[in-house]
Amino acid sequence: MKASIWVKMDTWVRHLVPFSATLLLLLVTSIPTHIPGLAGIAPMLPLMGVYYWAIYRPDLLPAWLAFVIGLLYDIVAGTPLGVNGLVMLLVQGTAASQRKFFLGKSFAVTWWAFALLTGGAIGLAWLLMSVLLGRTIDPVPVVFEYLMTLCFFPILTWLLARTQMAFLRDV
Amino acid sequence: MKQSGAAGRLATLRLLAQRFAFLSLVAAAFALMILGKADVVLIERTRGLVTDALAPILDAMARPAATIAQVTENFHELTNLRTENARLKEENARLLHWQTMARRLESENVVLHEQLNVIPDPDPAFVTARVIGDLGSAFGHSMLLGAGSQDGVRKGQAVLSGEALIGRIAEVGLRSSRLLLITDINARTPILVESTRTRAILTGDNTLRPRLNYVAGSPTISVGDRVVTAASGGAFPPGIPIGVVASVADGVIRVEPFIQRHRLEFVSVVDFGLGGILPFERAPPPERRRRGREE
Repeated sequence: MKASIWVKMDTWVRHLVPFSATLLLLLVTSIPTHIPGLAGIAPMLPLMGVYYWAIYRPDLLPAWLAFVIGLLYDIVAGTPLGVNGLVMLLVQGTAASQRKFFLGKSFAVTWWAFALLTGGAIGLAWLLMSVLLGRTIDPVPVVFEYLMTLCFFPILTWLLARTQMAFLRDV
Repeated sequence: MKQSGAAGRLATLRLLAQRFAFLSLVAAAFALMILGKADVVLIERTRGLVTDALAPILDAMARPAATIAQVTENFHELTNLRTENARLKEENARLLHWQTMARRLESENVVLHEQLNVIPDPDPAFVTARVIGDLGSAFGHSMLLGAGSQDGVRKGQAVLSGEALIGRIAEVGLRSSRLLLITDINARTPILVESTRTRAILTGDNTLRPRLNYVAGSPTISVGDRVVTAASGGAFPPGIPIGVVASVADGVIRVEPFIQRHRLEFVSVVDFGLGGILPFERAPPPERRRRGREE
């Protein structure tokens, strides 16, 4: 039986959810929060989106979309174009290639793997930025940003899991 | 696991294609970085276009955040009303003293100006812009403003909050622009230590307290000295307050800027008619040729 046009459109829209959710995370991080002290160490929310979807729905947020998210992040953050593009791309690639390992594992394992991967990702961003600027960036705020990102991971995973259950349960 | 036949070969081919696509994206990322380093106008224009496209969404999202911040601020103020009142009374007494001093100095200044036939500085034009984006990344201190070239914002213009300098415009789109804070790693501001008239360069390093480099001479700079902009380089008019010296240790002088980044909601982009600061390492654009083409 052929699916009607409405069903097709519904599926198509639902398939856009991972990308839109990650894009939304990017926009949310760029809101001026007016919270004292947060500026300079704000968590990298889009990275969590890329990581989450790479494990649970790599078909809907493929490498090239992760790359696009990274480029948008570069543009909004004012970092040299390509730095976060590369970082997001590598995070997506690594997580998606190891996804069989994560499926069915406990949350603690996912968190631990995220800590490892994000450590590598932020370290790479730090290295690239330092090379492009021609001098070392102070690593202290970068470490704080890393820790903030780790702290936010459980909340974000819960939110993304709810999103997945709501929109992508059977498509 | 071995697959046989055409299906298996197709799967291998698809895998190869995927690998190839991935590697070409990695190569593209590196190409973009190098292209950006070479400062191609195309990259800058693309960045401007994308921020312009995102600006209305960011603006709409920034407004409720600002409202929430205002409400919490109001509650905070209500609880501290008594102490705040006492502080303000004390400050008012101090400021009244300064007011009489300023009046006296102003009249004296007017007389001196007349005697010396001083040409007055032109009143600067300014645009007030809303802060629509602040990613708060550890890799750079910048903000997106909801005003661009169509509102008169130009690259290199000084950005003030109240009376204090907070940064300069680094990128301009049609209706959005990027404000590079003085604490950013790319920011260099010529300054003057007010009490000793010592010249130096304020160098941002992505921390909250930028440091002073290239200090002229061997002056005695002490904690609490006020730091203002210097006229050198023709970037900013002299005397705009920036901050106070926060620490002097082992030859490293750090400045605590007057910026309260979390409170910035509106900033003024000021055109002092000085052309603004141009980033280092970049040659000035060929103005003459460009003008010639327009005419």
